[in-house]
Amino acid sequence: MTGSTPILEMKDISKTFPGVKALTNVTLTVYPGEIHALMGENGAGKSTLMKILSGAYQADPGGEIRINGQQVTIDGPLAARQHGISIIYQELSLAPNLTVAENMLLGREHKSGPMVDRRSMEKACQEVLERLGVRFRATTKVSELSMAERQLVEIARALIANSRILVMDEPTTSLSSRETEAMFALVRQLKSEGLAIIYISHRMAEIYELADRVSVLRDGSYVGTLVSNEISAERLVQMMVGRDLSSFYKKEHDAHQSRGQVMFAVQNMGDGVRVHDCSFDLHEGEVLGIAGLVGAGRTELARLIYGADPRTSGEVFLRGKHLLIHAPEDAINSGVVYLTEDRKHLGLFLDLTVRENVNVSVLGRDARVGGVLNLRSAKERAAAAIKALAIRVAGDGVLVGSLSGGNQQKVLLSRLLETKPKVLILDEPTRGVDIGAKSEIYRLIDELAKRSVGIIVISSELPEVVGICDRVLVMREGRIEGEVGGAGHPPVTQENIISIATGVREAAE
Amino acid sequence: MTSPNDTSASIQATGPAGVDATSESKQRRLAWRSTLQAIGMLPVLIILGVVFELMSGRFMSFQNLSIVMQQASINTVLAAGMTFVILTGGIDLSVGSILAAAAMVAILGSLIPEWGMLGIPAALLAGLGFGLLNGALIAFAKLPPFIVTLGSLTAVRGVARLLGGDTTQFNPQLPFAFIGNGTLFGLPWLVWIAFAVVIVSWFILRRTVLGVHIYAVGGNPDAARLTGIKVWAVLLFVYAFSGLAAGLGGVMSAARLFAANGLQLGQSYELDAIAAVILGGTSFVGGIGSIWGTLIGALIIAILSNGLILVGVSDIWQFIIKGLVIIGAVALDRYRLKGSART
Repeated sequence: MTGSTPILEMKDISKTFPGVKALTNVTLTVYPGEIHALMGENGAGKSTLMKILSGAYQADPGGEIRINGQQVTIDGPLAARQHGISIIYQELSLAPNLTVAENMLLGREHKSGPMVDRRSMEKACQEVLERLGVRFRATTKVSELSMAERQLVEIARALIANSRILVMDEPTTSLSSRETEAMFALVRQLKSEGLAIIYISHRMAEIYELADRVSVLRDGSYVGTLVSNEISAERLVQMMVGRDLSSFYKKEHDAHQSRGQVMFAVQNMGDGVRVHDCSFDLHEGEVLGIAGLVGAGRTELARLIYGADPRTSGEVFLRGKHLLIHAPEDAINSGVVYLTEDRKHLGLFLDLTVRENVNVSVLGRDARVGGVLNLRSAKERAAAAIKALAIRVAGDGVLVGSLSGGNQQKVLLSRLLETKPKVLILDEPTRGVDIGAKSEIYRLIDELAKRSVGIIVISSELPEVVGICDRVLVMREGRIEGEVGGAGHPPVTQENIISIATGVREAAE
Repeated sequence: MTSPNDTSASIQATGPAGVDATSESKQRRLAWRSTLQAIGMLPVLIILGVVFELMSGRFMSFQNLSIVMQQASINTVLAAGMTFVILTGGIDLSVGSILAAAAMVAILGSLIPEWGMLGIPAALLAGLGFGLLNGALIAFAKLPPFIVTLGSLTAVRGVARLLGGDTTQFNPQLPFAFIGNGTLFGLPWLVWIAFAVVIVSWFILRRTVLGVHIYAVGGNPDAARLTGIKVWAVLLFVYAFSGLAAGLGGVMSAARLFAANGLQLGQSYELDAIAAVILGGTSFVGGIGSIWGTLIGALIIAILSNGLILVGVSDIWQFIIKGLVIIGAVALDRYRLKGSART
């Protein structure tokens, strides 16, 4: 690949959304036959950059994209495909009711006259599948395949479209370690065939093993590119976070000293489908992490505790008192609140103001006789929340929909805090939040723990879990599979968590 | 050409790039936009008034304006109830039928010797009852509002005919005839009632906990549930309120006519009420809108009917023009508020 023309050059790419600048003059250069890792914290702009490459978003004017040295305009998914770009998303985009062949050639069906020519489609697809060495056939229905196999269908789809640039967004998130090995072998095979692979991952180990070069984004800006022999964890973290990691996570509260009193207990929680027989204790002032792979049942468990979904078994105790929770309002009234992982769809009222969003859970408590709003207390609460959480907003009358992710998250957090919770369940509290707001949220969690609020943090970001949690429960396939950090358990490290989460377990025993 | 292996790491210092919606020009633009949204269709209302005045020379007289408001009053009351329902993202197609049934109850009640005034509370209760029934089916049985109220549109119409023995019921000595024909401080009672309903609606929507919850449920029902809002109670309330408003409309209409007919009264009133709400800028998917917009919308519809008659446009053309104005006005609104409005 030495001396070759870059297959892809993205120069000075910027993207502005209403209220937030997602990308500022980002540069990315990729060569054929290269595995190019793209790294950055959540919200750093990786997905936005890839969506511009795939034609899902349009970049602001001023930037340029070159393919094999030729300047191109990618104004839609069709144009991206014509330029040989394929993206394999985290959320797979296959139609489960169709066959592998139908999915691979969706929109480009072979025809004989006006009719679909199934035989020719299946033949063409089978050739590609054999090249990939898969065990299923072109005529198999996608619904019968495992997650790993579906991912292979996505890759096969890219190959049959003659893609030269393959973007893989966290391809191993839902794979077992054996499947991951197979995936790596496949990626290397594609590389040797001359494809350029842009590989997005949070997992350092994968980057070491696979990547020829790594480009890092931070807060929507290009930070730099490292060649494989320069890659080290310290260097990458420093580039991604922009500062030393140890000062970034805040853990001043001392749960080990004050621990002893169990304040909150969950017993045998289950819904019969995705969560089975989960029991755990939470101590006063403790930050308890719940880790696990995507789909391990973490969010589902939290929603069961909170009364958002019906449970088939399970009981909840607060300070020894049995709580009857049938609906979220019961949980809130008992002092148990839940921060959703999906603030736009399940959390905020985007058409309402900051003031209304902060107050909506406590309007009833503040109200005058007959349910008449107490406008003054609402204003005071909003003003106090804006100050306490440093929400960057011109006034409490601004619509929440116009705020950036970090500020929206702070608004949602302050809504929960207004209810004076005793137990706080935070589901991905820093998802889609910029670095500054992130460290403020960590500081807030630490503050609350010091005031002996019990806090449960569900997070997919292992550095975050390790950085802020006193103890971590690890879930796998709907069960609490192990624990790290407690007395008699292995210490809280990323390796220990991963080995339990993926079922390797050796560190857990 | 540089090979990738020659590209050394270039780490550049970058400041935080997250720019917030707090810059001043943006703030001003947001303020301007919300002002526009508040004014809504008022300019259309004024332009229509001026045009009809220029064309007829009689439109702007106090007497004619009073007639316009009187003609708008029943639709305003129905549209106020409809505003609550549409704010939650629902629809109430049954208001015309409920109005007919309530009017029938009002007339039958007024025929009770000595206790004729009982017709009013009886009609209101009838409206409330039908509304509660709609609300219960939507809140508890979780049926879609369109289907439920489409059903009650037909069923309640049948009840109205049944109550009156499928004939027109009269009461020339109506004890509450003043409501339909009397005036108070120079304005018809009907106008005062409509205005009172608008004020009460404004108070509920903007000054009570329930009001915030109505906007919250309409804006994001899933979030509302997770926030601990009793979504079922909000839904039950809005359909009950819409039913009550239709019951009040029935009283007003009975008082105006001294009669009620189960078959014809209130036919397609629901469409005028929905048109008024939409003209008023309330989003059809819920969560955005105001009662003042609805008042303006109802007035626009009444002005169109009145003005077109004054100008001497034929009945057939009145229909065509009214329909086009509704579409045109909403299209104009979308264009003006591009990017912020959603219907």
